[in-house]
Amino acid sequence: MRKQSGFMITKAGIIVTGAVIGVLAALLVKLGNPANMGICVACFERDIAGALGLHRASVVQYLRPEIPAFILGSFVAALFAREWKPRTGSAPLARFVLGAFSMIGALVFLGCPWRAWLRLAGGDMNAIFGLLGLFAGVLIGIAFLKRGYSLGRNHPAPAALGFVMPAIALGLIALAVVMPLFGRGADGQAVGPIFRSASGPGSMAAPIAVSLAAGLVIGYLAQRSRFCTVGAVRDLVLFRDPHLMLGLASLFAAALVTNLALGQFKLGFEGQPVAHTDGLWNFGGMTLSGLAFTLAGGCPGRQLFLSGEGDADAGVFVLGMITGAAFAHNFNLASSGAGPSPYGPAATVVGLVVVAVIGLSFREKAV
Amino acid sequence: MSDNNDIVKVDARGLACPEPLMLAKSAMNRAGGKAVEVTVDTETAKGNIVRMAGREKRDVETREEGGLFVVRIGGKKA
Repeated sequence: MRKQSGFMITKAGIIVTGAVIGVLAALLVKLGNPANMGICVACFERDIAGALGLHRASVVQYLRPEIPAFILGSFVAALFAREWKPRTGSAPLARFVLGAFSMIGALVFLGCPWRAWLRLAGGDMNAIFGLLGLFAGVLIGIAFLKRGYSLGRNHPAPAALGFVMPAIALGLIALAVVMPLFGRGADGQAVGPIFRSASGPGSMAAPIAVSLAAGLVIGYLAQRSRFCTVGAVRDLVLFRDPHLMLGLASLFAAALVTNLALGQFKLGFEGQPVAHTDGLWNFGGMTLSGLAFTLAGGCPGRQLFLSGEGDADAGVFVLGMITGAAFAHNFNLASSGAGPSPYGPAATVVGLVVVAVIGLSFREKAV
Repeated sequence: MSDNNDIVKVDARGLACPEPLMLAKSAMNRAGGKAVEVTVDTETAKGNIVRMAGREKRDVETREEGGLFVVRIGGKKA
């Protein structure tokens, strides 16, 4: 085994990764990111979709640097460890659909699995319903896996393919810094293509350099340690393997302690930041998300890290999530602090049906 | 997948988590006490299988063959 893998793949390695993520997430809130949203892969990809004008919900538009930095941190880690392996061919289109519906579910709950734990670590009790939904989704996914579900094998790909997601990440960072304004609105005023919220969660952000640095560190550590918030639950149930769960527990504990130390902990259901109190659809949204992530092989953070280490199918999943975010806001499916939108529950049910059909119909041919 | 008298072989290349580990585990069950060899193509899958073999108190060895990893899980100790 190569030396650089040594420490990070141990128990101590995954615990360190979780702790670093937990502390950085709470610090990013202190430095300007929205409350209980120091890091949220779904929310930040939704903000990026808005920044690019793919949706026009004016309160959630910001080209969050953490997301491209996750990809680049993982890219660098994989290169150093000689684990960078361009690969593709495991039903990318199905992964795109899974990515889109995972996002629609996440935006009914208002957060991805990372934020579900971070919300709980900030005292938001509504997150409990989301986490129960996440567990339910993972359990359904495991049932499909046990029936032989598989999106099939990937294959080695030309090196150029492995550079695509890191190149997109660099492009996004360039746009975040330059913020070009060469579009024109109906009255000729300068608008976009990079939009930035003047109010709401999209207007709240840590300084770009801090977000970038935090994202690079997390991307690096998570690639080395294989950190995954969905794999944590899946492996515990399927193999009684607590390894990844140790990382997740560490994330939760570190975020909780840091939130308490910084006065960011507020216990209760009502009035929680960027959250609603509808338990049923907090549960339902995350059931859809958890199932989609399980069928795609990992949580949204893990998909970013995999895309950095050359897995182009994971890259397609990420693009599916960004597209799903655009649909979620353009079709008024996403929840707000007031509660689910009138269309969110129906979209969740449609998503569950589509994702279940994928779970039932994809099989790996016997080898 | 191929079995012979001494060893059960599994090809888990190119599969997403948790499939390589599921294949390895089912091969171990099927093999009874015999050794199992699993071929994978990522360090992640290799590490997961090595960890699982350790939990099951089996001897485990890995070797690299043309960019792939072959994880050999020893038979059950008498």
